[in-house]
Amino acid sequence: MDEPKSGSNLEKILEAGHFAFTGELGPPRGTNVEAVRKKCAFLKGNVDMVNVTDNQTAVVRMSSIAGAKLLLDEGLEPVMQMTCRDRNRIAMQSDILGAYGLGLNTMLCLSGDHPSFGDHPMAANVHDLDSIQLIQMVRGMMDDGKFQGGADIKRPPKMFIGAAANPFGDPFELRVLRLAKKVAAGADFIQTQCIYNMPKFREYMKMSVDMGLHEKTAILAGVTPLKSAGMAKYMATKVPGMDVPDEIVKRIAGAPKEKQAEEGIKFLCEQVEEMREIEGIAGIHLMAIEWEHKVPEILEQAKLLPRPQV
Amino acid sequence: MIVAERKPFDEIKAMVSNYRKVLTVGCGTCVAVCLAGGEKEVGVLNSELKIARKIDGNPIEVGAATVERQCDMEFLAELDPIIKDYDAVISMACGAGIQFMAERYPETPVLPAVDTTFIGVNRDVGWYEEKCRACGSCVLGMTGGICPVTMCAKGLFNGPCGGTNNGSCEINDDQPCAWYMIYERLAKQNRLENIIQICPANDWRNQTPRTIVQPAYTDRKAAVN
Repeated sequence: MDEPKSGSNLEKILEAGHFAFTGELGPPRGTNVEAVRKKCAFLKGNVDMVNVTDNQTAVVRMSSIAGAKLLLDEGLEPVMQMTCRDRNRIAMQSDILGAYGLGLNTMLCLSGDHPSFGDHPMAANVHDLDSIQLIQMVRGMMDDGKFQGGADIKRPPKMFIGAAANPFGDPFELRVLRLAKKVAAGADFIQTQCIYNMPKFREYMKMSVDMGLHEKTAILAGVTPLKSAGMAKYMATKVPGMDVPDEIVKRIAGAPKEKQAEEGIKFLCEQVEEMREIEGIAGIHLMAIEWEHKVPEILEQAKLLPRPQV
Repeated sequence: MIVAERKPFDEIKAMVSNYRKVLTVGCGTCVAVCLAGGEKEVGVLNSELKIARKIDGNPIEVGAATVERQCDMEFLAELDPIIKDYDAVISMACGAGIQFMAERYPETPVLPAVDTTFIGVNRDVGWYEEKCRACGSCVLGMTGGICPVTMCAKGLFNGPCGGTNNGSCEINDDQPCAWYMIYERLAKQNRLENIIQICPANDWRNQTPRTIVQPAYTDRKAAVN
């Protein structure tokens, strides 16, 4: 992050020293662009950028690039997500050129959920590159103006490059080392997996800060509101790599059913408050998961509004 | 070894439905060890075929032979004198053996009786595990002797992904996370620096049919061409 390179709003926000806030939007499982525009209305002006997911949970949806372009047309700042699951390096580079050509300037490089979780479990699992190699490839396209195969790119794209990190998957000791690899590969920013275990996250951040990673990349802490006791239990027991402490599940379950969503948002706001004070945290990434309409209310309560204009 | 599984009987039966005299050929090497296509399995398949076709009122005559290796012309040559006596051949070898047989006898339909599954090891009697995808650029030296291409569900070279679940892979609790195992092994050997470095994009060498000629035999190959 030496000088603004990409024109990305997130890059500008971070450069200006603001606490960043990004949201997320899942494209439709069909061609309903009106639904996308409707979701956009809840996010517009309330978030610095919006991640547009790439066939998340390996379920077929409208492409991230197309979704991101729809957002751009609605006046939002989209982050194109790209997984390594569905394309080889030729298609990835082609998509990156195309995305840049359409005006996209920020992307998130991911491994991608395994096809066995989705609606096409029999699909070929490409993984020509892994997420770290993808970051390296995009970096090379931008900084060296070269395709991964070595040929020169005429007018290379500029991208603000993001990566994901899960502080909680085991082995815990390896998680910060893997974050360091992503930073070394060239990640400008990091969005973490949803965080519920705050003490463990603090430990992870301390290790990251001790390695100086927060000075080389902007770490955005991931949060997802717990909408109900059922969801809390599901996240705690069924989602691999997720760490929801018992007391959090109990806290949500302890609220009357009609107040559980409210309690989930309250906990999220407390988390945001706490995260602002943790050294090395540059912002928040909110994954509302089909709760886009609640985003304005969550932001209001979490005191993340108004968003800075840069 | 190459591990294969015998195809379901109905699929084999359907393939030979138009033939009255069929030669079933086993292979005495990998598929015999993994109990899919050796001499014993030839006998079992032939009995099944005879009984089923008899019940159908459409009897079949079956011959049996098992050669040492179907992936070697020298051994396939043993079949030369009898091959013309049959309408079709059922090969119980791996995909390589089946293709070599079909190449040797281009006028005879050669049909597969097994699905070739993987390169693997004999964990116990009747229990085989995949270990190698033959990617052609081995990284086992870096990964503590555990193959991430084969053993990681996403084939990551810079794992683990975020889905590690108490040492298991996110796709299945019974499947250990390859990168968890790699980490544990390298940590014990004090070789973690291996995976702290970024492993660059792989040079896939299994995307086109491959041929290897050992240096000592290049002249011999040139003479054939």
